[in-house]
Amino acid sequence: MTDAAMPKPVSQNRAIWQQFRSHKGAVFGLIVLGLLILFVLIGPLVWVPEKLKVAEAIRLKNQGPSLRFPLGTDQLGRDMLSRMMLAGRISLAVGLVAMLIAIVFGTLIGVVAGYYRRFEGPLMRLTDMFLALPLIPLLLVLVMLFRDRIASVIGPELGAFALIVFAIGITSWMATARIVRGEVLTLKEREYVLAARSIGARPRRIILRHILPNVVSPVMVAATLGVAEAIITESVLSFLGLGFPPDFPTWGRLLFDGLQYMQVYPERVIWPGLAISLTVLSVNYIGDGLRDALDPRIRGR
Amino acid sequence: MRDASPKPLVQVTDLKMHFPIYSGIFRRHSGDVKAVDGVSFDIQAGETLGLVGESGCGKSTVGRALLRLYEITAGKVVIDGEDVASLPPEALRKKRPTMQMVFQDPQASLNPRMTLARIISEPLDEHTDWNDARKLERVYELMDAVGLNRRFANRFPHEFSGGQRQRIGIARALALNPKFIVCDEPIAALDVSIQAQVVNLLEDLQERFGLTYLFISHDLSMVRHIADRVAVMYLGKIAELSPRDALYSLPLHPYAEALLSAVNEPDPVRAATRKRIILKGDVPSPANPPLGCNFSTRCPRVFDRCRVEDPALRQVEPGRFVACHLYDQQTAAGPTGAPEVNERNQQGELQ
Repeated sequence: MTDAAMPKPVSQNRAIWQQFRSHKGAVFGLIVLGLLILFVLIGPLVWVPEKLKVAEAIRLKNQGPSLRFPLGTDQLGRDMLSRMMLAGRISLAVGLVAMLIAIVFGTLIGVVAGYYRRFEGPLMRLTDMFLALPLIPLLLVLVMLFRDRIASVIGPELGAFALIVFAIGITSWMATARIVRGEVLTLKEREYVLAARSIGARPRRIILRHILPNVVSPVMVAATLGVAEAIITESVLSFLGLGFPPDFPTWGRLLFDGLQYMQVYPERVIWPGLAISLTVLSVNYIGDGLRDALDPRIRGR
Repeated sequence: MRDASPKPLVQVTDLKMHFPIYSGIFRRHSGDVKAVDGVSFDIQAGETLGLVGESGCGKSTVGRALLRLYEITAGKVVIDGEDVASLPPEALRKKRPTMQMVFQDPQASLNPRMTLARIISEPLDEHTDWNDARKLERVYELMDAVGLNRRFANRFPHEFSGGQRQRIGIARALALNPKFIVCDEPIAALDVSIQAQVVNLLEDLQERFGLTYLFISHDLSMVRHIADRVAVMYLGKIAELSPRDALYSLPLHPYAEALLSAVNEPDPVRAATRKRIILKGDVPSPANPPLGCNFSTRCPRVFDRCRVEDPALRQVEPGRFVACHLYDQQTAAGPTGAPEVNERNQQGELQ
């Protein structure tokens, strides 16, 4: 054998992508989520709703789907399609960012609590405390106390966004932290971690190289579920009047607005409901595909 | 053990490893599991010391404590002139390359998410500032040394058989040119046909690189094959430490005798006549060892003194160390005590 015939150790990105592509659900999820993102980002530029006078709008309220209003109009005569697009921007952003915060925070707490014995007690009691807190009242208090203050600094829209994302993130990391801690506790007794210690690897290296890659699976599952939860929590907050300002559409708010007219105009609930479900479903499938793609044992098959 | 003239590579003095037990609502410290309780031995450079004993007797704990994977309770572990047990963290890190370990379960000792090349080069990442090309060259060298095809470099551990995985583990241990390797039951998880391969590989490597091994195993015939001297452990203490041939032909400690009588005899004629010593009862809990000799509860030749006084490990013949009152009296009690001892010995053999 000659050295020329030796394959160089290649980066695994290509193998990961190939495995990801072979997962039908994941590809489907990626396409659907991509379309949704295009829909909410490019959509408002393409579809500009006509400006109606108030009297016209009231005459045109609660319309069914038509060429003029592809998804109909709401109880104030506003075009549902354009509201769906604008709402989607906020809902998707809230869902993804809040999930990211929750996952990063939860993983951090979980890894530190699992790996360093002396932090385990305090951190897990903190987690228990957060789990025991009734979330909705906590969120209400948070929003009440800080909404105006933050809004005065960075503007009402961004302020509301930052506050809600933070509030949802800070109240939904506990499940991840517990799962990760449990996983880290078993992983750190594995012989390959012991081997790394006997080599003299520093704890940071061990965590980054041996522990984190092996907790990816449960974290991925928690993350995909977290997106759905964040979108729905946001709609609950909006419903209670503590989320975004009332004239700001989000999918959750559209859903709740449509709820009272559900028996007469069911499509008003169906559209935002469909959008939320599609988002959650596609994120779940992407997470599933990613988890498989990141595991070399599955990748080989 | 002061008889060896050149300075031994590894000197272990009174090593103790106790794991605390906490109980009750207040998690009070209520006792200790004395996994290793006062073990002393030394290993010459280039030598293989076998460490045998039944499950739970503290063999693996000794191996791990030697590399300071545990913070030991008491004792000294001098490896190549430095006391590993008391080194500060950064000095210990610098010391790590001289001492490495091969683990029992080759499946569990390799990170399933790393390629073979990354696994073997991990020690290099930690202790050298070489560039990738040089590390890769070293990885290929190591793969050649342990008999792995260079084409496997990009594969993952799950694609290999048990024997190949163990070779990967050995290559990783060799990466930094260690002097001393603890082999913690390296063949226990392998098929019999593969065991011999791995043991032969270890022997070859010892010859080529001048390695020193602590070979931990419960496979007595394998230890007989590879070890120069053998230490028999029972319940956290060394019962007997003897050169291999002397131990296997005439074990002195009653426990060593019982243990070795369990070795399978391939010759059917001799197998038919061999005498097996079957010990009664169970191993006492290391959290609550018996007063006196640890083996006194199961020893076929126990007498009163064994139940009150713990025997120390003493040299009874040149190079042979035994922790047993039978021999203690023989050497220390002088002519007046001798007849009595002989009597005991005869009784023991008649049983």
